[in-house]
Amino acid sequence: MPEAPMLEIRGLVKSFGGVKASNNVSLSVPEGRITSLIGPNGAGKTTLFALITGFHRPDAGTVTFLGEDITGLAPEDIARRGMVRTFQIVQPFAGQTVRENIAVGAHLHIRSRAGALQKAEAVATQVGLGDRLDQDAASLTVAGRKRLEVARALATDPKLILFDEVLAGLNPSEIRDVIPVIRGVREAGVTILLIEHVMQAVMSLSEYTWVLNQGELIAEGAPADVVNDPLVVEAYLGKGMAERIAKREARHA
Amino acid sequence: MRQLAVLGLVFALIGLAPFVIASEFWLNLVIMTLYAALLGQAWNILGGFGGQFSFGHAAYFGTGAYTVAVLQVQLGVNPWLGLVAGGLMAVAVAAIIGFSTFRYGLRGSYFALVTLAFAEVLRILSNSVDFTGAGVGILIPLDQGAANFQFASKQGFFWVIWLMTLAAFAVVWWIGNSRFGAQLMAVRDNEDAARALGVSAFRVKMGAIMLSGLFSGLAGVFYAQYFLYLDPYIAYGPAISVESLLVPIIGGMGTLFGPLLGAVGLHLISELTRELIGDLPGVSLVLYGILLVVMVLFMPRGLAGLFNRLRPKATTKPAATGGHHA
Repeated sequence: MPEAPMLEIRGLVKSFGGVKASNNVSLSVPEGRITSLIGPNGAGKTTLFALITGFHRPDAGTVTFLGEDITGLAPEDIARRGMVRTFQIVQPFAGQTVRENIAVGAHLHIRSRAGALQKAEAVATQVGLGDRLDQDAASLTVAGRKRLEVARALATDPKLILFDEVLAGLNPSEIRDVIPVIRGVREAGVTILLIEHVMQAVMSLSEYTWVLNQGELIAEGAPADVVNDPLVVEAYLGKGMAERIAKREARHA
Repeated sequence: MRQLAVLGLVFALIGLAPFVIASEFWLNLVIMTLYAALLGQAWNILGGFGGQFSFGHAAYFGTGAYTVAVLQVQLGVNPWLGLVAGGLMAVAVAAIIGFSTFRYGLRGSYFALVTLAFAEVLRILSNSVDFTGAGVGILIPLDQGAANFQFASKQGFFWVIWLMTLAAFAVVWWIGNSRFGAQLMAVRDNEDAARALGVSAFRVKMGAIMLSGLFSGLAGVFYAQYFLYLDPYIAYGPAISVESLLVPIIGGMGTLFGPLLGAVGLHLISELTRELIGDLPGVSLVLYGILLVVMVLFMPRGLAGLFNRLRPKATTKPAATGGHHA
C-alpha cells in the first residue's frame, strides 16, 4: 500500500497467562480506506483493538498513530488524538436518551452543552437515528444500538474509527441498511478499520484485509484473494480442509 | 431552563420561612431539613451523578466541622475564616481519598468499603489526638454575634444554611447541563464506553468527589457552629454517612430535587416516629434501615421517580420498534 500509514503497529505481543492473545502482530492502516481484520473466534481480534486503543497495555511492540508513538497511552488520550473504537458488545449509557448518548462523544471537542446536543442531532440523522433522539438508549433494538455505537464514535470527529463487529447479530436486511452508513462514514473522510465476521460486509466494504489466527497474522491482501488462501481456510474450518476442498473441486471439474 | 426556574421558585418559597414562621421549633425543623438536603445533595453529586457509592461521607463532614472548631478553640481563628478553611480541608480530604481509590480503579463495593474505612480512621484519629479534644470532644465557647457565626436567633442560621443549600443545588443544576455533568453521568453508566469516547474517567471522578466533599464539609461547618459541640462519634461516626446516602436514595439519586424530597420525607418520618414511639435511642436508625431496604427494593428511583411517573410526560413518543424497515 503506497500511502503513508495512518496507524502502524509493530510487533505487538500480549499474553494472558499462558495464552498469547497477540503474538508479534504488525500491520499498517493506510489513510482514507476501509480495511478489515478477520479471523475465527478467539483469534485475538478484539484484544488487538484493545491494545491499539489503550484498554490493554502490550507486553512488547509499538503503536504509532499519525506519526506519534501512542503505546501505553490511556484510551481517553488516544480518543483525543482522533482514534476511537466501538464495542462488540454494545455499551449504551442506559437510562440516557439517544441524544444524550451521542452528545457524550460530541463533548470531546465541544464544550458547550447546546453545541454538543446540536451536533448529536446531526450525527443521529447521519446514521439513521434521527427519529429516535428522545428514546431511552436501553429501549433501542440491537440494530439501533449498533447505530448508536457508530454515532457516538462519529460524534467525536475522529480521524480513524475501529469498528468491532458492528454488524454482528443483525439480520440480513439490517446489514443492508447499515453498510451504507459505514460507507458514508468513509466518504466523510474518516479512515475505518473493521473487525467483522459477516463476510458479505468484509467483501463488499473493505479493500484490504488481515487475517488473524491464534494471535498471529496468517494472511493479508484483497479480501477476495485472502478467502481462498489455504491457511485461512484451515484456520476457519480445521486442518486438512483446504486440501480436501481442493480435491473435491478437482473431482467436480 | 425550566428546571432552574422551578429551583429558584422553590428556594424563594423556602426563603419565606423566617418571615412566616414565628415558632423556633418549626424554624429549627426547616433548618434541619435544609441541612439534611445539603448533606444529601453533596452525596448525590458523587453517588447519584457519578455512580460512586460512598459509605464514608462523614470523612468530609467531620473534617469541615473539626476544622472550624479547632481553629476557633485552639488558635482563635474567626469562624467565618474557619468556614473557608473547613470547606478547603474537606476538599483536600476528598482529593486524597479520591486519588487513592480512583487511581487504582476501585469501583462499586470496594470503593464503598474503602471510603467507610477512611471515615473510621479519621474517627479513631480524632479520638486519640489532643487538639481535637480527643474522646471528650470539643466545645466552642458561646460568644453570640453575627461576626462570630453565632446568631442570637435561628434566623441567622437559617440564612446561612439556605445559602449553602442553594449553592449546592445550583451546582447540581449546572452538573445536569454541562459537559462535566454529561461526562460524569457517562462514567457512571459505562466507564469503558466513556473512556473510549475521550472522557477522562479519573479526572471527572476527582472533580465529583471534591465538589461532593466541599458541600459535605460546609454542612459540617454549619453543624459545628449551630450546635457548638463535636465529638469523634458525631463528626466522623457512621450516622452522618448513613444520613448522607439515605436522603438522596429516598428522594431519588441522580436527580436535582431528589435530595430535597428525601430530606423532607426523612424528617417527616423521624418526627412522626418521635411522636408515636417517643425518644427511644436508636429507634430512628432501625427505621432508617427498614426504609432503605424498602426504597431500594420497591422504589429505586425514589420520590422524584414517583413524581415523574405521576406527571404526564410532555415528550412521550411512541416506541419506535423495528425502526427503518418496518
